Parts: sequence; structure tokens; C-alpha cells
Amino acid sequence: MTMPASAAPAVSVLALTRRFDSTIALDGISFDVAPGELFGFIGPDGAGKTTLFRILVTLLRPTAGHASVLGLDVVTGLWALRRRVGYMPGRFSLYPDLSVEENLRFFASVFGTTVEAEHEMIAPIYGQIAPFRDRRAGALSGGMKQKLALCCALVHRPDILFLDEPTTGVDAVSRREFWDLLAQLKASGLTIVVSTPYMDEADRCDRVALIQQGRLLAIDTPAAVAASFDRPLLAVRAADRHRLLRAVRAYPHANTVYPFGEALHYTDMRAHESADVVARELRAYLAREGFADAEVSPIPPTIEDSFMARMGAPEGAAA
Amino acid sequence: MTGEGAGEGKPTAAPAIDARDLTRTFGAFTAVDHITFTVRAGEVFGFLGANGAGKTTAIRMLTGLLAPTSGEARVAGYDVYTQAEAIKRNIGYMSQKFSLYEDLTVRENVRLYGGIYDLSSREIRERTHRMLHRLGIEQVAGERVGAIPLGWKQKLAFSVALLHEPKIVFLDEPTGGVDPITRRQFWEMIYDAAAAGTTVFVTTHYMDEAEYCDRISIMVAGRIGAIGTPAEVKHQFGANSVDEVFVRLARSDTPGRGAA
Repeated sequence: MTMPASAAPAVSVLALTRRFDSTIALDGISFDVAPGELFGFIGPDGAGKTTLFRILVTLLRPTAGHASVLGLDVVTGLWALRRRVGYMPGRFSLYPDLSVEENLRFFASVFGTTVEAEHEMIAPIYGQIAPFRDRRAGALSGGMKQKLALCCALVHRPDILFLDEPTTGVDAVSRREFWDLLAQLKASGLTIVVSTPYMDEADRCDRVALIQQGRLLAIDTPAAVAASFDRPLLAVRAADRHRLLRAVRAYPHANTVYPFGEALHYTDMRAHESADVVARELRAYLAREGFADAEVSPIPPTIEDSFMARMGAPEGAAA
Repeated sequence: MTGEGAGEGKPTAAPAIDARDLTRTFGAFTAVDHITFTVRAGEVFGFLGANGAGKTTAIRMLTGLLAPTSGEARVAGYDVYTQAEAIKRNIGYMSQKFSLYEDLTVRENVRLYGGIYDLSSREIRERTHRMLHRLGIEQVAGERVGAIPLGWKQKLAFSVALLHEPKIVFLDEPTGGVDPITRRQFWEMIYDAAAAGTTVFVTTHYMDEAEYCDRISIMVAGRIGAIGTPAEVKHQFGANSVDEVFVRLARSDTPGRGAA
């Protein structure tokens, strides 16, 4: 983000399409990632994230369009590129029967280097798993497996790192620690491209692309994506949440009503009415419906609000 | 959905789950360390905890898959030591990782599960029809489950877990990777099941979902670090969100245990 506009992009993708038989996994997407950027793809399973990452690390060819990484075309430049990218696949892909240390040595040797030579690169992360160096990789907890996989993806000093859903299935605390590690790596100048289904991780990225059904819904800074939400958003709270949900849905002006943690997030069909007016009317309606305790207050939208507003009908829309 | 003790909050209703000092060790390692809690019939109970805190071991004991080392637990009124088979017949189970057979069609999956739970052909036919209608997915009844969108699959898997009308349904990270709108629709299905009297025992890594539960517990290093309604738990820790409580509890965990 802080890079001068003239710097060649670390990743450049133009009209990239990938089909599997009749399924369109990626539907003509285009984006650039600047050198040194921490760039996130945010979207649910099946959005096309893994297909995109597999193309960018040369494991899959595009059906149409172009992609280059570090200035190398992902099809014609694959051998040069493979030495320079680090890739952590979404599925745990280390050897479960080898120990932590054996896995690391193996991946170093594949790239013609040693753990000792690369110590400085991996030290901050390896330090956290070193107490378990003799443990079989398969016997590690989710968070520890992810840290080991990150170490293995870094051991050949890549110029760019692709992490496909590194935090999926990992608890909230381990996820936070993992993002702290990524922030450290970014500070060292590494370009990082990461994907996640967790909307709350978007804020850890310089820029994010929202991805759904093979298309990009938005590409911008997390703050700008959240701010692009185009109508007043209200939080609605009352003690009996289930009944509140039904009552708010039945309100004639209701546009969207979604549970959001301990509140409901509400938008009004009258997009140009002010938040204060909408809040006052909704409060009056809820009072009439018997919610004496209802609180209605304007709030700033989150990435998740913005994602839902942009995604339109979900894949399970019929239900 | 027997409606037994359904949401009426009668103090006399037998708890759906009643665990006392439930413990499981593996060699020198205590995975679950004297946990005591009850889950009321018709309640949506969120079972939270960091990776390695002991959730999976506890769930395996409560579902009759693993014998405890010590302590007691009754699930749907049955003893986990001596009546594991009765427990399995009276609970439903669904997880993100395993739910349906991808190579079978939607209809075949439903028939398989109905058969496993000894439903008659007529019951299976009727319930399949009702389920597909309710989900609005009659048009994909003949399609392989592997070919339908994840959102449908997760909703279908939940309905299949309820096919034999269990008293309690265990949901292990049911919404992982699901898009945000479908995730919320899934929670409405959970509410509907609870309103019909089914007790819901659910794990999740989405902290906002913890707020949707009637009560939650947070496991830390094999023990229950906090339990109560989301509001009670937040109040107890002086926190603004369940996420904040979770982070504080997990950070207090002894180092090294996380690798278990």
C-alpha cells in the first residue's frame, strides 16, 4: 500500500478464468498485489479461493486469462517461480508420521538448503514450536500444526508467501497469534497473499478482495470496503432475541435483518432516510409490539455487513 | 422432537445432559479434568474452548464413543458407562468435517441414515418428503451430495441429524467456512429445532455465534473456565464480548498444553 505506484506488482492477474467441466470456479477476475503488501481474499468455502491460489503457485493452469507472480508468468515461468514462492495449502500437507523437526529438515532439503542456514528466517515462528520438536506432526494441536506448516513454507526464503485458509478450524486465540506472526513477516518486507472465511480477520490486511462464486465483489482497504455499505445501519437489542428477530422482520420498512452477535443488524427499505429518523420509528414500532426494553442505535458497518450486502442471494438461497 | 420438557423451563424436567466430575486421562495426560455441568432440555448450549482444551474428548464421552476414566454423566437420561448404545439412539450428530456421503444422492443419504436409526420405509419416505420440502431443495433430491452447494449441504446434514427425532443434537463446528448469510440461516434452523424441544449442543470458532446460545461454557485446559448465559459470562469477567472472555481465559492456559 505504501509502495510507489510505479513499483511492478508482486501479483498481476487479468481476466483469469478456470473451469472444471461445467463449473466455473473463477470467472474472469482481475487484481494486482503490490510488493510488501498483506493482501487478503475473504470468502466462504467454494468461492474459488483455493483454485486461485493453486493457479498462482503454478499447480493448476488457468482456462483463460493471465496471471503473473514476481513478474513471471504462472504457466511459462513455472520452474523459476516455484523456487521463489512459499505456499501453505489449506489442507494440512505435512507428513504426520515425521516429527516437527524432521518435517522442517525435509522441506529445507527439497529446496537445497538447511534449517541451520535459514535459521534467522524461521526463528520467530520456530521458537514457538521448538518445545515440541520431537513430537509427530500428526499429534500437534490445530494452532501448532499451522505454525509448523508456516515454517515449512518459509524455510527456502521465498519472495512471496501464499497462505490458503491458514486459520480455518483454529480457535479464536490461536488465530490471533497467527495473524501477529503474519504482521511480523510483513514487517520484514515479505509480500503475503492470504485467504480466510473469517470476516473479522479482514482488518489485519492492507487490502482485501471479497470473493464469492468465482467473482470479486470488492477490492479495497478493509476500512473502505466496510464504509462502502450504502445505507444507514442500526443495531437492535432486546432481551428476547428470537421474538425480536421475528418482530423486526415483520416491520413493513425492513430491508435486511441479520443476527450479529448479541444484536440484530437492520437496514431500512427507505435508503435515503436518516439513521436517526429510522431508529426513532423502529423504536416506536417495537414499543407497540411490546418490546419496552428495545434499544435501537446507528452503528458503523463491518466488513461482514458489506459482504452480505454485496453477495446477493447466497448459494443456499432456496432454503 | 418429542416436546418433552420443551422450552417450558419446568424446574422438574430432567436435564438433557448431567455431567459430574467427568474425567478422561490418556496415560499421564488429563484431557478432561473433573467437569461438572448440566444442559437443560430444549436449551441451545454453546460448548467453547481453544484447540486442545478437551472439547473433542468431552464430546466423545457424551456421545457414548469413549468411556470416561472417572466421574458420572447421563445423556438423555442414559448412563455413559452402561447405556452408550441407548445414548447413540437418542442423539443426533453433525460436524463440518463429516456429515453426509458425497457419492450418494441426497435421497440415498436420507434413506441410509433412516435405516441406521431403524425407521420404517414409510417413516423414511414421509420424513424425506417433509424435509426436502421444508428446505426447498426437492429439485436436487436425485443429485449427488458432492455436487450441491455447501450451504445446502450443511442445512441438509443438520436435518438428517434430526431425522430420527433425537432428544439432543450435537453440532461440532457446523458453520465452518459457510457464507455469512447461510451461517445465519443455519442458526435460525437451530432456534427452530430448540423451539420444537430438541436440545442443541454446539461448538463453534465464530465468537459472534456464542452470543446466539442460551448458555455457554468455555473449556480451558480440561476444565470449565466459565459457564452461564453469554450476558452472565461477560458480566463475570467485566468483558464487552464473549471473544474478550475467551481470549483472557485461553491466555491463562498453562503453556505447552496447547500441543495436546
